[in-house]
Amino acid sequence: MRRARVACSGGVHEAVADGEGLRLADGRRVREDEVVWLPPFTPRTIIALGLNYAEHAKELAFGAQAEPLVFLKGPNALVGHRGVTRRPADATFMHYECELAVVIGKPARRVARARAYDHVAGYTVANDYAIRDYLENWYRPNLRVKNRDGCTAIGPWLVDRDDVPDPMRLALRTTVNGKVKQQGNTRDMVHDIPTLIAWLSGFMTLGAGDVILTGTPEGVADVKPGDEVVAEIEGIGRLLNTIADDAAFGRAGPGGSAA
Amino acid sequence: MTPLSAIADALVRLRGMPQPADVPVDPAAGTVVLGARRVAAGALDWEPPVAGTVYGALLNFRGALAALGDAVHAPPYKAPPRAPVLYIKPANTLTAHGAPIPVPEDAPELEMGATLGVVIGRTACRVEAREALAHVAGYTVANDVSVPHADYYRPSVPSKCRDGFCPIGPWVVAASRVADPGALAIRVYVDGELRQANTTANLIRPIARLIADVTEFMTLSPGDVLLVGVPEGAPRARAGQRVAVEVEGVGRLENPLVPERELLPGARA
Repeated sequence: MRRARVACSGGVHEAVADGEGLRLADGRRVREDEVVWLPPFTPRTIIALGLNYAEHAKELAFGAQAEPLVFLKGPNALVGHRGVTRRPADATFMHYECELAVVIGKPARRVARARAYDHVAGYTVANDYAIRDYLENWYRPNLRVKNRDGCTAIGPWLVDRDDVPDPMRLALRTTVNGKVKQQGNTRDMVHDIPTLIAWLSGFMTLGAGDVILTGTPEGVADVKPGDEVVAEIEGIGRLLNTIADDAAFGRAGPGGSAA
Repeated sequence: MTPLSAIADALVRLRGMPQPADVPVDPAAGTVVLGARRVAAGALDWEPPVAGTVYGALLNFRGALAALGDAVHAPPYKAPPRAPVLYIKPANTLTAHGAPIPVPEDAPELEMGATLGVVIGRTACRVEAREALAHVAGYTVANDVSVPHADYYRPSVPSKCRDGFCPIGPWVVAASRVADPGALAIRVYVDGELRQANTTANLIRPIARLIADVTEFMTLSPGDVLLVGVPEGAPRARAGQRVAVEVEGVGRLENPLVPERELLPGARA
């Protein structure tokens, strides 16, 4: 089953895929462009991986990590399918990151690799933008790079675990204005999904609604206001996001600050 | 989002209590008024008084940054922090006043990160410093527990995000009850012995400035907490000890340290 959370007709609804459109929990059928797509689940802890594809690490001039590089994000960062993300006027390099997101379905504490998938509810697509201008070497990547409002698009669907026979063999690709910019496959992750769940649950209890953004392959490029960015994962979904400038967010002046 | 801005005295959440209560507390005496009775905080079974996202500011005490000396200019850092450097204490870390802090087997000694928690009452997005405190519902005490680590280059999730590594409470004191959050004494006691003393007067970014600089790029929502920073010289403690973090006029947060294996489900069966 492919599940979504959407707003339409004055309410927030759970919905499932129904042909080309959606069917709300109350039975109504709606088109995908007449709803506001919300993140497909209510997030608890948002965990993200850095440098989890060897070629991407090379691209950013890093060796692959011996231990997974993880950082956390707040719920402010999330925006649903067909959402809008701001590019500050002073940014010179803002890039997308297409990532497979693994949503936890039941508590996981010290879980062995072999049992890891028992704790997965499903999968979705994330596009975790970064603005490299704001990188600092303190708790890098710092939240000013990675936890900006609306900088992590997620959705459209939460796809049930059992509908994805092998999440470690899925093609990923990102297009900008229809041109393919990033291509990869989840089989090239440095630390695979069972390893990540086993490693994380070894020091922290994962709970239902926690989500692991598993990192991005090589092929990141700068995006500009007006660009339509589609992050797509085979069998999971096609996540559209549009870049907007400071003016659209009521900001003016250098640095995007109204003050 | 439900505004939290209307706390009259203090927000109190006890185990078994379906809703938080707004009742008078005496931070200096460590007592809370329940019905007609004045009760010692230590005699009650507490829940964390907040449920939002808990953010912390790294190196926001002058002495904490100064303690790094010239290292801030050397690799891997290459320059002192410019914007606030933040981290998150996730849901699994939150624990209440009086609850045990689990001491992992691989880290027998833990760092006690005493700090003031600013509890947001109204959605704060692109707030200017002069208006920032109007978005604060109240203040609480937190112990940002870490496995000691000297390297701040990477987000130290395995060091800072273990289960029970963020005791918080006992309560949230109404912002109106704290005259100047920028001049509060912070003290840490381990087994009753004073091990650290500092004050929020030593913040590099005072609270209003911190809220302004953080909300320039990320929105804080009602119930979210911003930990203002941990002072230099955080004391360490081991299993079997008791730690108390005191913030003047806000509260005293006390927790025992217990070996993690004794807290595992079924371990006492």
